[in-house]
Amino acid sequence: MRGDAEAHRMVAPGTLASVLELIAGEPGEWTPIAGGTELMVAHAAGRLPSSKLVSLWGIPELRFIDTRPERLAIGAGSTFTDLRANLRLTNDFSLLARAAAWIGSIANQSRATIGGNLVNGSPAADSSPALLVYDAELELISVRGTRRIAYTDFHTGYKKNVLAPDELLFAIHLPRRFDKHRQYLRKVGTRRAMAISKVALGGTALIESGTVSEVRIAAASVTAFPKRLYGTEDALCGEPIDSGTIAAARAALIAEIVPIDDIRSTSEYRRRVAVNLLQEFLTDLQPSEACR
Amino acid sequence: MSQTWPAIRMTVNGVESALSIPPMKRLLDVLREDLGLTGTKEGCGEGECGSCTVRINGELANSCLVPVLQVEGARIETVEGLSRKGEMHPLQQAFLSCGGAQCGICTPGMLMAATHLLQHNPHPTMAQIREGLSGNLCRCTGFIRIFESVIAATAQTDQVTDAR
Amino acid sequence: MSTAATTRIVGASVPRKEGVDKLLGRARYLDDLEFEGMWHGATVRSTIPRGNIRELHFDPCIEWSELAVVTTFDIPGKNHIQLIVNDQPCLADGCVNHCDEAIVLLAHHDKRKLREALDAVRVEYDLLPPVFTIEESEQRDVIVWGEDNLLKSYLLEKGDVDSVWSRAAYIVEREYRTGAQEHLYIENNGAIAEYNAETGVTVWGSLQCPFYVQKSLMAVFGLPENKVRVIQTETGGAFGGKEDYPSMICAHAALLAMKSGHPVKLAYDRMEDLAATTKRHPSRTRHRTALDADGKLLAMDIDLATDGGAYATLSPTVLSRATLHSPGPYACPNVRVHSRAWATNTVPYGAFRGFGAPQTIFAIERHIDEIAATIGMDPVELRRRNFLHTGDTTATEQLMREPLILDQLLDRALAESDYHARRFRFSQENAATAVKRGLGIAAFYHGSGFTGSGERYLNSLAGIDVTPEGKVRVLVSSTEFGQGTNTILAQIVAEAIGVDCDDVIMAPPDTSAVPNSGPTVASRTSMVVGRILQRAAAQLIQMLQNQAGLPQPFTREGFFATCARYRAAHGKPISLCRYEAPPDIFWDDQTYRGEAYGAYSWCVQIAQVAVDTITYSAEVEEFWSVQEVGRVLNPVLAGGQIEGGIAQGIGYALYEKVVWQDGHMANNQMTNYIMPTAEDVPPIHSFIEEIPFAYGAFGAKGLGELPHDGPAPAILNAIRDATGVGFTAIPLLPEDIFEKLAEPVEERAMV
Repeated sequence: MRGDAEAHRMVAPGTLASVLELIAGEPGEWTPIAGGTELMVAHAAGRLPSSKLVSLWGIPELRFIDTRPERLAIGAGSTFTDLRANLRLTNDFSLLARAAAWIGSIANQSRATIGGNLVNGSPAADSSPALLVYDAELELISVRGTRRIAYTDFHTGYKKNVLAPDELLFAIHLPRRFDKHRQYLRKVGTRRAMAISKVALGGTALIESGTVSEVRIAAASVTAFPKRLYGTEDALCGEPIDSGTIAAARAALIAEIVPIDDIRSTSEYRRRVAVNLLQEFLTDLQPSEACR
Repeated sequence: MSQTWPAIRMTVNGVESALSIPPMKRLLDVLREDLGLTGTKEGCGEGECGSCTVRINGELANSCLVPVLQVEGARIETVEGLSRKGEMHPLQQAFLSCGGAQCGICTPGMLMAATHLLQHNPHPTMAQIREGLSGNLCRCTGFIRIFESVIAATAQTDQVTDAR
Repeated sequence: MSTAATTRIVGASVPRKEGVDKLLGRARYLDDLEFEGMWHGATVRSTIPRGNIRELHFDPCIEWSELAVVTTFDIPGKNHIQLIVNDQPCLADGCVNHCDEAIVLLAHHDKRKLREALDAVRVEYDLLPPVFTIEESEQRDVIVWGEDNLLKSYLLEKGDVDSVWSRAAYIVEREYRTGAQEHLYIENNGAIAEYNAETGVTVWGSLQCPFYVQKSLMAVFGLPENKVRVIQTETGGAFGGKEDYPSMICAHAALLAMKSGHPVKLAYDRMEDLAATTKRHPSRTRHRTALDADGKLLAMDIDLATDGGAYATLSPTVLSRATLHSPGPYACPNVRVHSRAWATNTVPYGAFRGFGAPQTIFAIERHIDEIAATIGMDPVELRRRNFLHTGDTTATEQLMREPLILDQLLDRALAESDYHARRFRFSQENAATAVKRGLGIAAFYHGSGFTGSGERYLNSLAGIDVTPEGKVRVLVSSTEFGQGTNTILAQIVAEAIGVDCDDVIMAPPDTSAVPNSGPTVASRTSMVVGRILQRAAAQLIQMLQNQAGLPQPFTREGFFATCARYRAAHGKPISLCRYEAPPDIFWDDQTYRGEAYGAYSWCVQIAQVAVDTITYSAEVEEFWSVQEVGRVLNPVLAGGQIEGGIAQGIGYALYEKVVWQDGHMANNQMTNYIMPTAEDVPPIHSFIEEIPFAYGAFGAKGLGELPHDGPAPAILNAIRDATGVGFTAIPLLPEDIFEKLAEPVEERAMV
């Protein structure tokens, strides 16, 4: 344990309003900590710079899963165990439920929050590809009120996002219009459990009259931050899924991803596997495909 | 530095405590140092090995990743709470008969994870057992006899009353 | 009296002796212990792989008088860790030869102040060019150790290898490589020490060999045996990683205790343990093999190199075992093994389950499959044609006298795995699926106990005594760290005397309380130490018969009553015996000829592996292991050792990679050093054959290391079967499989 517990102040005001007031009063001074599964690792390594932390853990206004006819609203403080336990979510947003099951271990899932996963903003974030292909919308909150942005606009760089210094992520909204879409999500890690993503690919696609009328594709660990792969989508949108389209989509994917070499994997491997995952997704969309 | 911190109240294995400790002290260190409950172990400090696994309000958690302020008012269970008056819990008995513990350092965390699994799912499939224990690393057993221990314990789950 | 056929306790799955404490969370490991007035220790370590220490800077912002600071000047005796070659300093003396080498020690009663102080020591170096690989070392452009970087070499010769090449029908040459492997015991290294000017040093530690540590501390402190006391604490896994390293950490803790005047706990966190302590030796094995037209081996020319790291430590003995296991379980009239251990500027490598055998067994068992593919023969058939049989001689000209049943082991493994039918099915299915499946075999032996004359040299002493409370105590320095020492030895003694297992307890693993029964290594505990205890029990009974009227036959109650009578007349009943070598064990250390090991255990393993051509991941789907181990003393414990060894072997093959960056372990966190989880281990089917060994306890031979020897080659042979590609290096990660399996990706970015 290389961190110094006494070097960090931590408060838990207990309500959303009081947290917002606190961070509005001293913008940028307080680091929000939810489940701690990221920040406490840094703390143990002696690498937690934040001297003032405000706990979001268990604040009821942040921890909810709310089903409406047109959307599902997930409080940012919901843990991945909460997500997996919600029947509506697992039925209607199976990719997100699957991603929730990938997070660490059962113990990690009970503490890691979806809000923490997004705000931490790792390019390998487990929940990001699913949220991107489900057209998630984020609701941000401060003393000044709330605002909504498309999740695709949330990350602006490596571990950078649009949150103002006095803002928190409040909720993730998932529009309920993917029940006719084909859905795909696959993660490639170093082992079957407790693995940071080396590559992951998510996709949703609506096929009408043999052509792709809607498609959303996102990947993990191949760009500096989680983002939609618009180039690849453009190669597919409005096209029939045939060998020409697949080739064009593969080329587009290669052109727009920037995988790196790091301690876990190589750029060559990531590039190749990302293409393979895309191929797997698209092959499954082909009309004459027999059962897999 | 002699500071005083506001007391943090928690119930551990049914016993209430109020401790004046820094809010960012890890729950793991509070259990081991302030409460003398050394059954919960530190293997990695990163939430990877699971040897620090405890239950907080009925949920499984890696106590090395929990700042103690966040367990204010919580009900915590550690391995020491599994047995009653020195009598082993059926799961512990199963581990003994089936060889689920070798060096024993992963065992407390493994038992907490297995207890949690069986409380939610008294008759888990092998896949569910593997998933339930996927956060607890064991370097000695290769897991096989841990799985057998859990399966042996499921035969006795009907007899276990969870009064906690 | 028990015979091999009719034992009550030996052969039963007696519950683990210390199991209840472990399960209740009551067992106290090193970091669970707190001593009155205890301080904490920390180590300032080198940040460069090689260089001279120009100066040490202690930042004046710290109140240094509050701390205990230990440098080389504080070492009362010799600044080295006594092992084989005394080249490893206890603290770096003017120069460093690897990253994370210990330079300065600090202690303080407050952990937070200690951490501040640790960050406030700066070392100034004059850099020297480092050597990081076997190739760089053997080139000898830069000399980093001794005259020529060579830590040790052996030459083993049988027959005349060079006379064969011209008449061989086939010659097959390949090179195989294995990487470093970390033990990853879940409990990190740790020690607590006390120092007293009159009574000397006392150390508690998570360790395998209390007397190794005692010997090292005697040298560091210049103290006699009776002033150095070493006590093993409950140890959370070891696997060889706590065989020699504890001498270092215990010396450090003791020096801090001496300097500070307080007990000092020095316990590593995971990052430090991964970076700074021993790992398995990396290796490179070159095989050149000649066969006749029928696929019979004519000659094996083997060039073996290991990377020993910056200091010799155990490299000579690891190299020895690697050498002796390199020809595999095959009869071959002409063999040459030239082996060398090279020094590099990396953290010194050390003992790890298998101790050189996993490295060379990987090579030979992969090579057999490569030969089979090259000459167009089934790898099963090739093995059958060349297996050792009773009456054959090994590469060291050891006559195999004991029954040798490799054929039966192979037959059983093939039958249990339904090998031929499965392989046929996969050959049909693979073309149509993204996942390719295959099966692979490994056949191997593991020499039990120390090599050749090693056991004679150890001259182990062990025995039993009886307490006034009516307990039989086992007196050994053999330690428990999960493998079952406490239970097995108690079973042996209980059986040998004729009392209950609960009547037998272990004397504390404390050098002041037990004799030196040798280190807890080399799969020798059951076979060698157990055998000494069996004899000590017989000796005790003889003594009680002669001197206290023990009746024949006697009951358990009669035994204890007689002990009480003996105690009244003569004092404590105690019986100690020394190791007795089996007859006809002759080993020549110079020529490397003779009986390399007193006994061998044998094994055939089969792995079923699935290779996903979308992700290039290989996973073991199922695993079979058939082993002949003399006698199983406790089926549950034996099964646990087999399964655990196989799981570690799977990690060695497919998951565990040490990533070096300029001589420092860059992935020194559990997040990035990958071992298999509960979701990764396959179902493991294990089968025992027993041919009792006359000189092992109740017929037992070694078991603990054997299962780790085979998985890596079996798995890579299965991958060859599945994909047609013969990989020759481990760890074999998806990134490596991808390189050989994937077609080049089309159109790169035209940016």
